[in-house]
Amino acid sequence: MNLQILLSIAEPGLNHFLIVSALLFSLGVMAVLSKRNVIMVLMGVELILNSANINLIAFSRFTALSLEGQMMGLFVVILAAAEAAVALAIVLNIYNRFNTINLDKISTMKG
Amino acid sequence: MFTQASLFILLLPLLGFLILILFGKRLPRQGDWLGTGFLGITLLLSLWLLIVKISSHSTEVFSSGFTWALIGDYSFTLGIMIDNLTVVMLVVVTLVSTLVHLFSIAYMKDDVRYSRYYAYLGLFSFSMLGIVLTSNLLLMYIFWELVGISSYLLIGHWYEKKSASDAANKAFIVNRIGDFGMFIGIMILFASFATFSFEGIFGALEAGELPFGSTGWLTAAGILIFCGAVGKSAQFPLHVWLPDAMEGPTPVSALIHAATMVAAGVYLVARVFPMLTADALLLIAYIGAITALIAATIAITQNDIKKVLAYSTVSQLGYMIMALGVGAWTAGFMHLVTHAAFKAGLFLGAGSVIYAMHTMLHKRHDHTTDAQDIRNMGGLRSKMPYTYVTFLIFTLAISGIPLTSGFLSKDEILAGTLAFSTLNGHWILPMIAFLVAGLTAFYMFRLLILTFHGKPADETGHQQIEESPFVMTLPLMILAALSLFFFYSFNPIGASSGWFWQALERPLSVVPEIVQPAAYPIFYQAVSSVHTLAMVLSVVIALTGIAIAVLMYHRKKLDPAAAAQKAGFLYTGSLNKWYFDEFYSKVFVGGVMAITRILRWFDEKVVDGIVNATAPIARGISRGSGWVDHNIVDGLVNATAAGASQAGGLLSRIQSGKVQTYLVYILFGMLLLGIFFI
Repeated sequence: MNLQILLSIAEPGLNHFLIVSALLFSLGVMAVLSKRNVIMVLMGVELILNSANINLIAFSRFTALSLEGQMMGLFVVILAAAEAAVALAIVLNIYNRFNTINLDKISTMKG
Repeated sequence: MFTQASLFILLLPLLGFLILILFGKRLPRQGDWLGTGFLGITLLLSLWLLIVKISSHSTEVFSSGFTWALIGDYSFTLGIMIDNLTVVMLVVVTLVSTLVHLFSIAYMKDDVRYSRYYAYLGLFSFSMLGIVLTSNLLLMYIFWELVGISSYLLIGHWYEKKSASDAANKAFIVNRIGDFGMFIGIMILFASFATFSFEGIFGALEAGELPFGSTGWLTAAGILIFCGAVGKSAQFPLHVWLPDAMEGPTPVSALIHAATMVAAGVYLVARVFPMLTADALLLIAYIGAITALIAATIAITQNDIKKVLAYSTVSQLGYMIMALGVGAWTAGFMHLVTHAAFKAGLFLGAGSVIYAMHTMLHKRHDHTTDAQDIRNMGGLRSKMPYTYVTFLIFTLAISGIPLTSGFLSKDEILAGTLAFSTLNGHWILPMIAFLVAGLTAFYMFRLLILTFHGKPADETGHQQIEESPFVMTLPLMILAALSLFFFYSFNPIGASSGWFWQALERPLSVVPEIVQPAAYPIFYQAVSSVHTLAMVLSVVIALTGIAIAVLMYHRKKLDPAAAAQKAGFLYTGSLNKWYFDEFYSKVFVGGVMAITRILRWFDEKVVDGIVNATAPIARGISRGSGWVDHNIVDGLVNATAAGASQAGGLLSRIQSGKVQTYLVYILFGMLLLGIFFI
């Protein structure tokens, strides 16, 4: 049984990737939800995106699909870069406006 | 020919009225010549009609008319009818009216409403001619009211004077009381015969039809129509308006309140005479007698020249009504005609005296002396010879002295009443008639002596009195001539051979035989048998009255003051007109006031009480509904609002404004969806 697990690590299969991806997604969500700093939240978002990338590539590798998964992964990376640029610009504006990037302090939309 | 001519006579004064009321002030001399001229034309036409009609068509009746309105099965016909009665009345009305127009030129000179005065005279003449010419009761009633309104307008000519406007109101209102009865009478006849025309009504009665099938209703209808005459002809108990009507200009008194309008009542009774039952006629005779007596007793103590003449008029009208009531139809109508001439003359004579007095007082700037009080006159004979002579003739005529017209008619009336009493024993009627004849002679000579004879009340003023101008004395002379016997009969002591008597024969009664008055031949026989007696008696009594007046006021053998003292309450009663005005004021005016007070009390206490009681109830109800509104309806609305607000408050907590919290919601939402779908 243990050997099997070890063997499966040596020869990783789809499940291993999905587990890593799930862990990464959870860590990302954790960061997004719990970090006070906007930068940290953005980094969490990056983690979530990358977990999605792992999923895409893993499914592409272990199923009958050709390179669509990898392509999609590449797109995601590019989009993530663009998104990071836009998001950081927003963060700069927020900082200009509120003099802080602590999300708990930024609650003008409170009902 | 007759109908066209009479229509012309009728409409000419109306045309005059319209022109004068619209353009009177712009016409030269304010249009007095126009009114007078028009009336003059109608007078000439009427005279021509009279001569032609009496001489060559004496028994014919001309009539013409048209259907005015059709309502269901009823047709209303307007039309005119010309018989001998009509043509005689036409001449009376137009003659007096023309002379009054003429007289007024001087009398009303410089009046503020000169042209309007002439316009109203025209309106009056038109209405009066309408009454005379009409062939049915409906049209007569219309003209009857028109006469009433023109009388109202003329009495109130000087309406700035309170007494004049009051008198005008009184005349109109008192007349309306009588007219009310007349209208009911007309409607009784219309309800049963469906026609207003005299011809139709008499025809139906002659055929044996009766109103509602009973002679009682016929009597009632007759008496009710007579009520109209009671009002217009100032009979007891509605005689009170006529003396007050003397507030109008004196020529108006001569025209309306002596000669024509007040004669309309007599004319009406003469017109409907055929349908009057014996009972109705008896009542009419008694009303006439009572009126004659009351008015004569009042006239003997009055001091206002016009008041004496007014009461004398009432008394003479009572005579005419009494004559018609006893069946002396021709005598009654003849007295109307002769009286119209001499009473119009008396009034115009009085007008002449008042005019002279007024002018004199005006010259002396005396505004306190009453120009109409005979105690301020005296000795005017020497200064106003024409007025005096004519006044004397009129006075002789009204006293019933032979050779005058008044003698002819009065003598026939007295004979008629005497004959009536021999037929059915109402002795009181001739007794009253003879007593009134004596009283008339007495008070008329008292008036004549106090005005024209004796010493003037004011010597210096007397010097300045002048005879009135010719336009005023001319009508007096014409009327004085007409007060002589030969215009009515060439026999100075008997009217029955004259043209008048021949032309105007008493119409045959059309009522059922059991309620008919004594037939004419029987009546005539009775009259013939007492005629000489009546004539002698009437002359003796008139001369006695004159003698007493002369002794009292001219020779001063009898002291009027002592006589008044001796008469006691009779004197004060007469002086105060038997307290009729006071009585009416207490009973009717006071009664109406009392009823008004009771109604006011009822209004204030009961009606207002009910209204006031409903107010608290309404207030209570509204308070209740207000509470419901406020608490329940508003409560529901507020509760909804409050609920929404609460919910909003609760839900707004979700909107924390923290992005991460939202993300948590999104995440859990996704998870829930995932669980739900997978």
